[in-house]
Amino acid sequence: MMLNQVQKIGAATIGFTQRFGRAGLFLFYSLWGIPSLKAGMPLLLKQLYSVGVLSLVIIVVSGTFIGMVLALQGYTILSDFGTENALGQMVALSLVRELAPVVAALLFAGRAGSALTAEIGLMKTTEQLASIEMIGVDPLKHVIAPRLLAGFISMPILTAIFCAAGIWGGYLVGVQWLGLYEGAFWANMQNAVSFQHDVLNGILKGFVFGIAITWIAVFQGYESEPTSEGISVATTKTVVYSSLTILALDFILTAMMFGDF
Amino acid sequence: MTKKWIETLVGGLMLAGALALSMLAFKVSGIQVGSNDSYYHVTADFENVGSLQTRSKISLSGLIIGEVSQIEYVPEDFTARVTLKIKSNYDNLPIDSTAAILTQGMLGDQYIGLSVGAEEELLEDGSVIEETQSALVLEELIGAFLLSMTKE
Repeated sequence: MMLNQVQKIGAATIGFTQRFGRAGLFLFYSLWGIPSLKAGMPLLLKQLYSVGVLSLVIIVVSGTFIGMVLALQGYTILSDFGTENALGQMVALSLVRELAPVVAALLFAGRAGSALTAEIGLMKTTEQLASIEMIGVDPLKHVIAPRLLAGFISMPILTAIFCAAGIWGGYLVGVQWLGLYEGAFWANMQNAVSFQHDVLNGILKGFVFGIAITWIAVFQGYESEPTSEGISVATTKTVVYSSLTILALDFILTAMMFGDF
Repeated sequence: MTKKWIETLVGGLMLAGALALSMLAFKVSGIQVGSNDSYYHVTADFENVGSLQTRSKISLSGLIIGEVSQIEYVPEDFTARVTLKIKSNYDNLPIDSTAAILTQGMLGDQYIGLSVGAEEELLEDGSVIEETQSALVLEELIGAFLLSMTKE
């Protein structure tokens, strides 16, 4: 009885480690020896369109609204202390360092990650992946690799766009609506935000999250049970796992970048 | 969706990204292109640096002329040695200038304020500022105040 329990724990651990190893090898084989630029480029462009361009609307809209809410909340709190001129600094720093990468990544996981998993899962269920392999084309190189790369490229771009949209939203509420002095808004922001320390680190965060999300999404699709239920389970797993990974990674990255230890 | 449209839209995404990044660089973080500032370094020993940090500002007549680049401990005389990184266009500071650690407003950051001396000789790379005034510690101030009250 006792021995059985121990054995179960051992088997679960080995299974867990094996999954990790498979995910690592999967990433390695997909990206190792990228196919020629001429053959790979159209595939990559199509994925950049469906992963990046189609996520643009949700990123811009939510970025603007989050910036607006930040400005409104910040204003009510800061005006209690008579420091509402620091609003620009508050909006910009919280967006650039934390909110833009994290919220953009969560939206990206919901918008693009789930779509990737469902698409690849369906390809597997309808045996498209197997038939591609039958005609001698490596599905890892022609189906998986362009999607991975598209995710890696899109996320930093989307993070930067989210930041810009959010700061514009903050400007709309703070300056245009609540009537802050425009010069102080931008000058305080420029004093507080450093390009290398804040902006580049924020975008680097976005890049890391992009790798995590796309990797999880594509791997879950590739490993899904080839049934309709399997696809739904895999899609759910993608969103749950990537959200948790983003939040955990964010803590680690913040401690490394802004911790000042 | 034709190939041409996809390419155009992806190009649009790239352009929007570049635009956002340049807005973040110029409008938000106020980066200045071409102002390849050069600096010179001087050191000053303080008994107490308070909450001064690297990248704290150095001010002269209210203008920001540089930042703190390093704070290290000097074991010989138990003081903190602060390295000041000053922009090289402020190169006419007399060698007997004094450095004080001041506080911006009530709750603000601490910074170094320089007061100009009278000597002919100027501060240059590697010079040492001899006259320094440490950060004020509130508890010590109150203690000194109470002491002077009870003496009367």
